[in-house]
Amino acid sequence: MLYIKCPHCGMRPQIEFSYGGDATVKRPELNKEISDQEWDDFVYNRKSLRGKHLELWQHLSGCRQWIKVERDTATHEIFKTFKANEEVA
Amino acid sequence: MQKYSIFNLVKNAFSNHQNWDLAWKDPSPKEEYDVVIIGGGGHGLATAYYLAKEHNITKVAIIEKGWIGGGNVGRNTTIIRSNYMHDENGLFSEFGMDLWRKMSQDLNYNVMFSPRGIINLAHSDAQMNAYARRGNSMRLNGIDAVLLNREQVKEIIPMADFSENVRFPIFGGLMQPSAGTARHDAVAWGYARQADSMGVDIIQNCEVIGFDISAGKINGIRTSRGNIKAKKVGLCVAGSTNILAEKLNMTLPLETHLLQACVSEPVKPVLDSVVTFGAGHFYISQSDKGEMVMGGDLDGYNSYAQRGNLPTLQHVLTEGIAMMPFLSKLKMLRTWGGIMDMSMDGSPIIDKTHIDGLYLNCGWCYGGFKATPASGWTFAHTIAQDRVHELNAGYSLNRFNTGHLIDEKGLGTKTWIS
Repeated sequence: MLYIKCPHCGMRPQIEFSYGGDATVKRPELNKEISDQEWDDFVYNRKSLRGKHLELWQHLSGCRQWIKVERDTATHEIFKTFKANEEVA
Repeated sequence: MQKYSIFNLVKNAFSNHQNWDLAWKDPSPKEEYDVVIIGGGGHGLATAYYLAKEHNITKVAIIEKGWIGGGNVGRNTTIIRSNYMHDENGLFSEFGMDLWRKMSQDLNYNVMFSPRGIINLAHSDAQMNAYARRGNSMRLNGIDAVLLNREQVKEIIPMADFSENVRFPIFGGLMQPSAGTARHDAVAWGYARQADSMGVDIIQNCEVIGFDISAGKINGIRTSRGNIKAKKVGLCVAGSTNILAEKLNMTLPLETHLLQACVSEPVKPVLDSVVTFGAGHFYISQSDKGEMVMGGDLDGYNSYAQRGNLPTLQHVLTEGIAMMPFLSKLKMLRTWGGIMDMSMDGSPIIDKTHIDGLYLNCGWCYGGFKATPASGWTFAHTIAQDRVHELNAGYSLNRFNTGHLIDEKGLGTKTWIS
């Protein structure tokens, strides 16, 4: 079982959370010409990194907030968690 | 190559089976090949075999980082089926069913193909309607499908829970009688042995580090055992596709996720078909050794770990016990995991790429094992002829761009939701 430190609630077991995928994917800006390639990269294309991966989780059975988690996809080590609106360098 | 037969078995018995040839050699990489296949799993081995057999291309190397058959071809639950609704998936898989039926003779290797039938259980009227529709679509494509009512299902699997007060009562099911199982290791070894005998070099413990590309054309690969020149390169690396794609500066509509499977202790024969639970994701069959072979959901977050996490296993087995309560009495023998190349519409990609001479075979999601022969056959055709076959024309890489998705389950792009 993974243990994820929710920035709002503290350390909680993984089963309280729901996964939300790659957190680095950005929706193309509105009011701007958007190419098919940009839409593709937003909707379908993923790097799916082996190693450090920034991803979204929702604390579904807790505070229901979306958070960002920096996790290693090979070892499952969790390095750091962030609030959803925090910018991650 | 030494033929496997009853006569050779008897003959070798006199020398205590000490004089059998090795099934395949262990060559060092040569300087150059016509085709290099990266990935010595089922699909890679099958591709090399069909390149040699169907297209007379034998200057072929298979480059495998670990050992052949150590990845998903040895980690699946051995289910073979073609019960798809969409034409692309149905016709492709049914072509594969023909190859499965002939495989043991074709490879001179007993892959223990056992067409015992698969039953997808339905737990509501709506689900029965959906299965009737899928069954009709299958039959239009020449695939056998039988819609079973509750009593008919009960005759086949009386050990399932048919009591009144269950959360998901069994209303019936959709059966494909010609579906079944095969021994997965034998599939890898059978293809490897035949490919090797036709001149294919199977190079194990050799990791691909990079690619030599100039002017939009592939010239070769760089490996941990030196550089290898190649006119054509095919990628068959399942869950590792994204890692190689990064080296090629490609971003693909794929995510790598972990899928677990498990077997119970062996018990006497109780289940003679493959059964899937319809109110969740759980499938079960019984191996020839008597173990109950079970699997279900992905672990639910990107993973390259090749080992699973207990909450998912518990969730999957809870579904199993809801379907067949006797499972709760069994001890677990082994659990394991494999990393899946989950595509964004649940269907595979077998296509050329924007790099001349580089071919892509990936996106197999839950269904890689049963696709092994058809995948190898069509990928070999795509590489040899430098154009896709009509069977894999729908499995194009640019369908995500053009909107021609093949979304069998209608799940969309959340690949971890099952």
